[in-house]
Amino acid sequence: MTYLIKGARILGGSPQDIRISDGVIAEIGAGLDSGGAEIVEADGLVALPGLVDLHTHLREPGREDAETVESGTRAAAAGGYTAVHAMANTEPVADTAGVVEQVWRLGREAGHCDVHPVGAVTRGIEGHQLAELGAMADSAAHVRVFSDDGHCVDDAVLMRRALEYVKAFDGVVAQHAQEPRLTEHAQMNEGEVSGRLGLAGWPAVAEEAIIARDCLLAAHVGSRLHVCHVSTAGSVEILRWAKSKGWQVTAEVTPHHLFLTDDLAETYDPIYKVNPPLRTKADVEVLREALADGTIDCVATDHAPHPIEAKETEWAPAAMGMIGLETALSVAQAAMVDTGLLDWAGLADRMSVRPARIGRLAGQGHLPEQGAPANLTLYDPAARTVIDPAASVSKSRNTPFAGIELPGRVHATFLRGRPTVLEGKPA
Amino acid sequence: MKHHLISAADLTKDDALLILDTAEELASIADRPIKKLPTLRGRTVVNLFFEDSTRTRISFEAAAKRLSADVINFSAKGSSVSKGESLKDTALTLEAMGADGVVIRHGASGAPHRLANWVRGSVVNAGDGTHEHPTQALLDAYTMRRRLGDLDGRRVTIVGDILHSRVARSNVLLLETLGAEVTLVAPPTLFPVAVGTWPCEIAYDLDAVLPKTDVVMMLRVQQERMNAAYFPTVREYSRRYGLDGRRMAALPQHAVVMHPGPMNRGVEIAAEVADSPRSTIVEQVANGVTVRMAVLYLLLGGSQPAVGTTRLEGE
Repeated sequence: MTYLIKGARILGGSPQDIRISDGVIAEIGAGLDSGGAEIVEADGLVALPGLVDLHTHLREPGREDAETVESGTRAAAAGGYTAVHAMANTEPVADTAGVVEQVWRLGREAGHCDVHPVGAVTRGIEGHQLAELGAMADSAAHVRVFSDDGHCVDDAVLMRRALEYVKAFDGVVAQHAQEPRLTEHAQMNEGEVSGRLGLAGWPAVAEEAIIARDCLLAAHVGSRLHVCHVSTAGSVEILRWAKSKGWQVTAEVTPHHLFLTDDLAETYDPIYKVNPPLRTKADVEVLREALADGTIDCVATDHAPHPIEAKETEWAPAAMGMIGLETALSVAQAAMVDTGLLDWAGLADRMSVRPARIGRLAGQGHLPEQGAPANLTLYDPAARTVIDPAASVSKSRNTPFAGIELPGRVHATFLRGRPTVLEGKPA
Repeated sequence: MKHHLISAADLTKDDALLILDTAEELASIADRPIKKLPTLRGRTVVNLFFEDSTRTRISFEAAAKRLSADVINFSAKGSSVSKGESLKDTALTLEAMGADGVVIRHGASGAPHRLANWVRGSVVNAGDGTHEHPTQALLDAYTMRRRLGDLDGRRVTIVGDILHSRVARSNVLLLETLGAEVTLVAPPTLFPVAVGTWPCEIAYDLDAVLPKTDVVMMLRVQQERMNAAYFPTVREYSRRYGLDGRRMAALPQHAVVMHPGPMNRGVEIAAEVADSPRSTIVEQVANGVTVRMAVLYLLLGGSQPAVGTTRLEGE
């Protein structure tokens, strides 16, 4: 199938036509002849490379009531993504070649976007013994990102060994930085609001201490470290220092940490309960600046679906996490583009090019140019949408943006030349 | 008055004074042979207790019964999750039974906020986790007022585990509203990190504060704090932050000693202090019933006067 996209603004530039054929971008130019191609009118739309998420919870196997590989990747496509990394904390845990191949195969069968399983660092994400990292790397799933996400690899020796070991296949350890003793029973960011609300505090230092240690470890053994969902201003300072040394450290920030603050907990509505917790306005500002200047490399959703009953409770027993695939680009536009911190090329870099590079995905993260794989997102930045949880493509409804008007709407997503979303609807 | 009483911060100064003045009126019936008013006849009050607290529950129960309300005690010990039924489902059950007021005690901070989303009746917070306990603050203010008169400018010192104390949070908010000057005293480990933003003073040295104190309120040291490195030993805590006879002697002549109970005698308060004439601890219990009557009356009683129907006044 050949498509001719008419009048798209590539990375926000002047309108051009894009011809897609045989899974690649065949031609870019003004006034291209349709030549029998299917026409996609893209007047006013921005063309971005297909987005790449380094941090997605697809919940399958085990919690198919919250999300499946099929529903989660459909939500990803609806949000403009062409590749996601499926986190390892499933039931059973993705800590063997068998489980990662199952997730990878389910992704291929669904066909909405590429699914790259993340392998657990330790068996059962229990933090005691390394999982068979090599077997997962060598499997059909070709795992390159390893993480115990949800749990911190807090044992310094185990973390050192993992960092060293994955060098053999150019892997990266993606650390969930959370010092466990400092965060026992923690419920929300420790500060003025937690003290007032009587919710156990989650100090910034619990994140920052682990990041500092891990940067030093990564430097010592010459390995790649990726820091998941950075949430504090202090973490940014440490990352900036580590990068200034030339160490191979990368980091991500979630859309919600770029947009929401801890005072939302005043409602005691656990829809705002997430790990790491929402922080202060000052943190949000520093995170935005760090994403703009590249100290933080990319946006990652930490899309964390939960069934309704897991959130319709008191705060303390509620599950942590929020969905984010379908709103990520809109939130990023509001936080970064509409504020003038990044242009569309910059956002494409942070949401596609860099995450693909960190995950070592050869076929993703290419800017739209002739000969590149036709992974594309057509996005209408002028649209405005009031977020309705009931309308989510994800199986779950736990969005913190319910009722909030966000800019932008994904109009179409192409995965290697095949539309997964057209006219804003799953194709 | 609002529809619910969830936080002491919900109360304006006028609201708080209305409750305290109403309680004064209601106190008069405690001396009557028949301690019962018909005010809430036909109304249903549910005591929904997810934590053991016999003293608070019977206080609310006595308050509701003296106002002739029907009282249902719903004891659901343990978290709603371990019990298997969610708070929401419990709320829907109460709603189906037609509860006009729900008095909730729960181990999770914010549980009354959540409950208020799911029931139409008035929600009264009888203590939620480490958040608030507004009727305790009201009964404390009532007790102070009876002993010392107007609270404006009075200096109140609250001593102990501020970090985990719902009593302290509610008292700081209410006393600020009523114009009192509050000082919190604790080891630094037992303050919230941002306590500097609270409308009160903080201090680490109890001895320095006591001579300038009109009211000293001692908080209970919970068992679970004792082995969690908040302080080295119970004896050291008691030496530095306990109120013994020597420290009591440093208080001004008129000063009173309060404790929300239950006490650890010999830890935060010495027996000779607890049993001294300065102690209001037993009065606090009695005043608890009166103040909770006032709260239930004002939330549920509508426009009728609390006391003062002609029939009763004629008795």
